[in-house]
Amino acid sequence: MNPCGGDLPGVLGDTMPFLCGGAWITVQATLGGMVLATALALAAGLAALSRRRAVRAVARVYLEFFRGTSVIVQMFWIFFALPVLTGYRVAPLFAGILALGLNLGAYGSEVVRGAVQAVPQAQREAAVALNLTPYQRMRYVILPQALVGMIPPLNNTYIELLKATSLVSAISVGDLIFESKALINTGSDRVTVMVLVMLFYLLLAAVITLCMRTLERRAARMVGRDVAAFRLRLKGGH
Amino acid sequence: MNTDETPWMIRFDKVVKRYGDNTVLRELDFHVRPGERVTLIGPSGSGKTTILRLLMTLEKVSGGLIEVDGECLTHIRRGDKRVPADEKHIRPIRRKIGMVFQQFNLFPNMNVLRNITEAPVRALGRPRAEAEAKARELLDMVGLADKALEHPSRLSGGQQQRVAIARALAMEPEILLLDEVTSALDPELVTGVQDLLRDIASSSDLTILCVTHEMGFARDISHRVLMFDQGQIVEDGPPEKIFSDPAEQRTRDFLQAVIQT
Amino acid sequence: MDWSWDRAWEIAPELFTRGLAVTLQATLGGAVLAFTLGLALALLLRSRRPWVRLPVRGFVEVVRSTPLLAQLFILYYVFPSTFGITMSALTTGIVGLGVHYATYTAEVYRSGIDGVPRGQWEAAVALNLPRFRTWTGVILPQAIRRVLPALGNYLIGIFKESPQLALITVVDVLGLARILAAEDFRYLEPLTLAGLFFLVIAIPSSILVRRLERRLEHG
Repeated sequence: MNPCGGDLPGVLGDTMPFLCGGAWITVQATLGGMVLATALALAAGLAALSRRRAVRAVARVYLEFFRGTSVIVQMFWIFFALPVLTGYRVAPLFAGILALGLNLGAYGSEVVRGAVQAVPQAQREAAVALNLTPYQRMRYVILPQALVGMIPPLNNTYIELLKATSLVSAISVGDLIFESKALINTGSDRVTVMVLVMLFYLLLAAVITLCMRTLERRAARMVGRDVAAFRLRLKGGH
Repeated sequence: MNTDETPWMIRFDKVVKRYGDNTVLRELDFHVRPGERVTLIGPSGSGKTTILRLLMTLEKVSGGLIEVDGECLTHIRRGDKRVPADEKHIRPIRRKIGMVFQQFNLFPNMNVLRNITEAPVRALGRPRAEAEAKARELLDMVGLADKALEHPSRLSGGQQQRVAIARALAMEPEILLLDEVTSALDPELVTGVQDLLRDIASSSDLTILCVTHEMGFARDISHRVLMFDQGQIVEDGPPEKIFSDPAEQRTRDFLQAVIQT
Repeated sequence: MDWSWDRAWEIAPELFTRGLAVTLQATLGGAVLAFTLGLALALLLRSRRPWVRLPVRGFVEVVRSTPLLAQLFILYYVFPSTFGITMSALTTGIVGLGVHYATYTAEVYRSGIDGVPRGQWEAAVALNLPRFRTWTGVILPQAIRRVLPALGNYLIGIFKESPQLALITVVDVLGLARILAAEDFRYLEPLTLAGLFFLVIAIPSSILVRRLERRLEHG
């Protein structure tokens, strides 16, 4: 039976089609936000490690600015206030993804910076001794090794991002939360609706974590490390 | 390239290196001829490894200058001022230098073959096929032809160090820096790596700068031994002289201490 | 630029008195709840009885993996009709923030407790201290000292996330900004002022916490 179909028995049949539609929007906002956040995290994280002060300063301002306020404030500002300044109206979902990416990208940049700094200095030195350029050192030696360390904290960032997508409902994007509110307002059983909403979020969070675990195992194999042993070492290190 | 005009492959001119208040090298002068193999000995903290790291541009000098093959590695002229060299100036000079580290420092994100081919492909622009053929030759030479596709972490320390040596040679350096290359190895693996380096030294015209605590190896491999203490050269001579009949008390004390341990 | 200083000056006083008061109540109320409930959760998570530990672990996981907004909706829409528990919007918000962040501070307390050296436990046993005294007199004071900076960061986090309460009709700084904007459909000034307000408080506070962190590390 189609779990999103209207032919489900009772209250499920009344609510699931709407919630599935909402979940699909939530997935879109999450994926869009993830792509933007990851790109910004890499750019800002590497910029924070630049030898040039000006570049570091830009990364720093970005980080402090977007960490200084929450997604909801940024989203409202981008959606309602920015068009007044620019004269362009942005589509609600796009404004939402923009705010999510900018905000979580700032947190992600700290993850990238930390993971790059955690790669042993000796690796950089070996790359210098082989006369690789600074770009080549980063691209072929340091970043691939930093990737393994990035994945577990990035998983947390992505889960936070998934949770923050709920805020797009406030700028009338029809995500899970938006649909649940609409259902509640039209008299659907509140308990059922909210239980289903929570299950959807748990499912999506589980999918993200599962993907990231797989990615971590692959990345760890690439650098010849055993994930279990690596995690143990991380824990012991603290 | 113009070795006729400049008889020195490496020239240290009043080189000073400080870490904070700690002065490691004090106005150090020394020269190495092309093809010369020089071993640096001395108590730990005497600045031997710092010399290799300065040559490899892993550290910057605090004073003085270093020349490699007639070109200044540490500074460039800008107008009539000498300013610290930038990456662009350093690269063609650094290309002549290779280094093998105490801890091997193989790249864990690449297999053995890739470790060796990466720099020739990226830094020298060699075609990958050519670089791989050359890498397999080198692996054959270091006795690891069958390990090309292994991951570095699956090799023993001795094998890893052989790969690191092959990796350094793949860049066809004119100068090879050996930084305590057997210190991190289990005792039974030391001889193998030393034999390999002896073969490489005797069958090539590489200029070699070697820091080691293995006096037997130093005696075998080098034309010249420099005894360091407190950032300065205490004694400079052929190995036969330094090891059998050192002129300086400090050299005698040091050799005594090394032999006892 | 359509920025109107007149409008900004006109709305600023109300925003930073009435709105601020609500935001501060939400933040402090949420933090007090998060810090106490978090400690309780941390202790329950250490329980040797699986029937205590496992449900608590499940609860923490669920709360951490789902949006605060969904939890606020449950408190706001489900609790009154289903459990007969009706709270004001602000109280609902405080409970939501408190419970949500308690699952984070629980983790903080856990690492703080784990960080107390084994020798301290052994010394307490050697002195024949009762279990309760061991916790209140030896372990917790040391653990909490360690986690102060982390708790400080969560206090700032709660402050920054408190504007979500505007979505369940709480009139905090952001909620008030929306109402003021709706008066004449000028969104720029109220939303910019609200954003700056959070920025101006959050950034210096973060710097302060980082200092505290360094002091504790070296002290």
